[in-house]
Amino acid sequence: MSRKRTMIIGTAALAGTAVLSLSLSSCGKADMTKQASPFAAAKGSKSVTLSVQTWVGAQSNVAVAKYLLENKMGYHVDTVQVDEIPAWDALSQGRVDAILEDWGHPEQEQRYVKDKKTITAGGGNGVTGHIGWYVPKYWADKHPEVTNWKNLNKFAKQLRTSESGNKGQLMDGSPSYVTNDKALVKNLKLDYEVVFAGSEAAQITQIQQFAKQKKPFLTYWYEPQWLFNQVPMVEVKLPKYTDACAEKGTKDPTSIDCAYPTTPLQKYFNTEFAKKGGSAAAFLKNFKWTKDDQNEVSESIASGGLSADEAAKRWVEKHPDVWKKWLTKK
Amino acid sequence: MSFFSTPPIATRPLSDAKRPGPLRAVRQFPALSKLLLLVLATAVLVPLLATKYGAAWPSSLTVDVSGPLGKTSDWIIDNRDSHWLFVYFLGHLSNAVVISVRAVYMLLLALGWTGVTAGVTLIAWRVAGLRIAAISLISFLVSGLLGMWVPTMQTLALMVVAVVFSVVVGALLGLAGGLSERLFRILRPVLDTMQVLPAFAYLLPVVLVFGIGVPAALLATVIYAAPPMARLTALGLRGADPGVLEAVSSLGATGRQRLLTARLPLARKELLLGVNQSIMMALGMVVIASMIGAAGLGDRVYQALASVDVGAALAAAIPIVLLAIVMDRTTAAAGERLGAGTSAPGPAWLRGWQAWTGIAVVTAGLALVGRLSGSLVWPGAWAVDLARPVNDFKEWMVDHLYSGVPVIGGTADWAEHFTNWVLNPLRDGLTALPWYGTLLIVAALAWLIGTWRTALTAVLAMAAIGVLGVWKPSMNTLSQVLAALVVTLVLGFGVGILAAGSKRLEAILRPVLDVMQTMPQFVYLIPVVALFAVGRAPAAAAAVVYALPAVIRITTQGLRQVDPGAMESARSLGATRWQILRQVQLPLARPALLLAVNQGVVLVLAVVIIGGLVGGGALGYDVVTGLATGDLGLGLVAGVAIVCLGLMLDRVTQPTERRTTGKGV
Repeated sequence: MSRKRTMIIGTAALAGTAVLSLSLSSCGKADMTKQASPFAAAKGSKSVTLSVQTWVGAQSNVAVAKYLLENKMGYHVDTVQVDEIPAWDALSQGRVDAILEDWGHPEQEQRYVKDKKTITAGGGNGVTGHIGWYVPKYWADKHPEVTNWKNLNKFAKQLRTSESGNKGQLMDGSPSYVTNDKALVKNLKLDYEVVFAGSEAAQITQIQQFAKQKKPFLTYWYEPQWLFNQVPMVEVKLPKYTDACAEKGTKDPTSIDCAYPTTPLQKYFNTEFAKKGGSAAAFLKNFKWTKDDQNEVSESIASGGLSADEAAKRWVEKHPDVWKKWLTKK
Repeated sequence: MSFFSTPPIATRPLSDAKRPGPLRAVRQFPALSKLLLLVLATAVLVPLLATKYGAAWPSSLTVDVSGPLGKTSDWIIDNRDSHWLFVYFLGHLSNAVVISVRAVYMLLLALGWTGVTAGVTLIAWRVAGLRIAAISLISFLVSGLLGMWVPTMQTLALMVVAVVFSVVVGALLGLAGGLSERLFRILRPVLDTMQVLPAFAYLLPVVLVFGIGVPAALLATVIYAAPPMARLTALGLRGADPGVLEAVSSLGATGRQRLLTARLPLARKELLLGVNQSIMMALGMVVIASMIGAAGLGDRVYQALASVDVGAALAAAIPIVLLAIVMDRTTAAAGERLGAGTSAPGPAWLRGWQAWTGIAVVTAGLALVGRLSGSLVWPGAWAVDLARPVNDFKEWMVDHLYSGVPVIGGTADWAEHFTNWVLNPLRDGLTALPWYGTLLIVAALAWLIGTWRTALTAVLAMAAIGVLGVWKPSMNTLSQVLAALVVTLVLGFGVGILAAGSKRLEAILRPVLDVMQTMPQFVYLIPVVALFAVGRAPAAAAAVVYALPAVIRITTQGLRQVDPGAMESARSLGATRWQILRQVQLPLARPALLLAVNQGVVLVLAVVIIGGLVGGGALGYDVVTGLATGDLGLGLVAGVAIVCLGLMLDRVTQPTERRTTGKGV
């Protein structure tokens, strides 16, 4: 009997806790857009939550910022992995304090920065990004004409895979990345099928496999990216990017028929954090480095086998001249 | 008339029947009459439909729901911080979740690694015995050694809160269903269905309302994990021995007394089984919910998968598996003891409240020791780096097994052949099949195996997919499910038959199957990416591995339970072992085999969908895209299509008699 009673008591106690926590919270309004993660600031110290995106460049930004905030400024840093667009939502709600690398989302910028003012632009992070189509250098050396989109159809046969059927394969990565490839293939009348690898990791694995066997491939890729150091790739020239074409594209994304722009990558902060975040907010506003710096960290994470923390530590020890500037207040 | 129907049909071949008139045959074989009716329907409907609509799903029959869904999503984002529904209701709900999880997490952190390990080990010892206590101790130490202490505690905190919520919600629903006949009739099909749906499908609706984060993740988990508790509670209450109830009420007990003193105690075994099931489902879901912002171990796996870091993914996956084993074994053992009616063995001081006080004191003491020695979190210096050797091993495997192995070919070659020779033709075939043809096949299968009701549900579910305009990706997903299912069944039946014939093999297999069955679906994605690269083949491979244990187990049990008398008499008639298997065992085990198919298909679907993360494409990919790009219209439509596909597959393979438990238990 005592067994059962303890069980009942235990269940009752647990249920009581649940009810209690419900009633604790239910006096008056509860703004669910202003709830932090239950795991935040677990050590009771000053804390910052950063959003990490899936690609390694973004991880490098966060790793270095995290290392400096924790080791030089006494903060506790939580990182949350969220995809790009949900990250804007999380940033607006205050579940995340900062995004350190954004590749341009005009629609979200309009909604959150200009209309709702829950997000504040934080300036560039010093790196310029470029998206494009790439082929491996070993293949381009043999067939130089492949680097122009007009000749791509001639090579479609060589790029067939089991996933693309009787068309050539244009490999895309994560569904969340900025891409117009489906529209481009259609509008440029290319004999290609866009095959999504599902994640950047999957795409990188596939590229490395192809490179090992020296097979030709055509892939959506972007700069800065550490993989270029392992697998040299050459960009395929697409029709020139113009403002007119971009304007057409914002009206109807399916009508785009020109290359991707070159984007200075941007930082964004939760407005409240930007105002009241103290030295952490000031530090993140000052955070600005170069493509080479970022690549150095990225490569030691992605192919050097270091953890993000170790990679950041190594970079921090080597380049005090760069980050010392971020610490000085405004 | 009685003269004709004396011999039982099953024992004699059709030709023996003495001049069966066509009508008789129809009456004797209900399947035949069903088929005849369907053929008739086909003959009438197909030409009509073909001339009117053509083979592809007609665009006039689709409804575009992305517009309204997009508007809903926009409205929610714009009003989340002002509308009363959010501020006064959902806000509090989400607040309560955050506060509870935080409270548990803080408690776990305050206990420190010494306290938590000691507490869990002692509870396991008290509830389930020495062996399981040892497993718990080792599991927690290993989690610490792998450097995963903090994420393990986060997952544990989420789990505790999610399980409490699910058990409370499930028990309340089950109580209602157990006491009211009408509610039971409404609840049962809903709960049955909820249990066969892939976890993935539950993610999007909660994200739509709560946004990314712990509250959404936790609520999705509760929605997923509460149904088994509700089902088993209701079943347990209804299954109470009427004699006992009669006796209790004749003693003058009121309704409430009867419930508390007779019905609930009688149902305790089902109740504990329900808790066990809820825990297992919650653990699986908490891991998948990392896609919508549940932190902890799942998030580590997800992050590692995103950078193909198999080693790091494994380091996070091992604690998940260990946590699953500890929780499963502890609750299962507690349930068995309760069911057997014996209390924990051991001297008297071990029983009753003294033991619990002892556990509390020892835990507090060890927590204090840990605190004094200065490390609440697992000491970093004790961590073992597992990732690097695993990644080296994976590299080696990729270099040596991946491609160009003489004679058998590499794993990548297999994957390519599988894609080219099985998946592609199947997908193209299914896509090319006229839609009314697919509907008719579905109807025929469901009706033959079940009732007209199941057939109707299956057909309506299929039609809903077409109406939503996702016929093509659904056929793609279906082709993957079917291909993986065939492989699973061939392997599963084969191994199951072998295991049923050999006690030794079964003894070797059992622990392996146990571990495989307790692992969350997510974990299976890691090794297959390393072996089969990216695409539909690895998704199918993961699905096969995930569904295999349940199929093997059900097959073995089914064959074992065949009446030994029947086998003995066959043997005495001089039948060979092969003949016995084919003509006695397999036919007699038919219900079990059907059940295995049903379980297999449900489990395969769940993983094929997650395969969207490793290039599986189709519906799973659409859900991932919907989540990743905030395009909830796309994601929700795909989610609904998955639900319909799951419903259809379940109904088509569902024997008239249903299983009573969920995931392969």
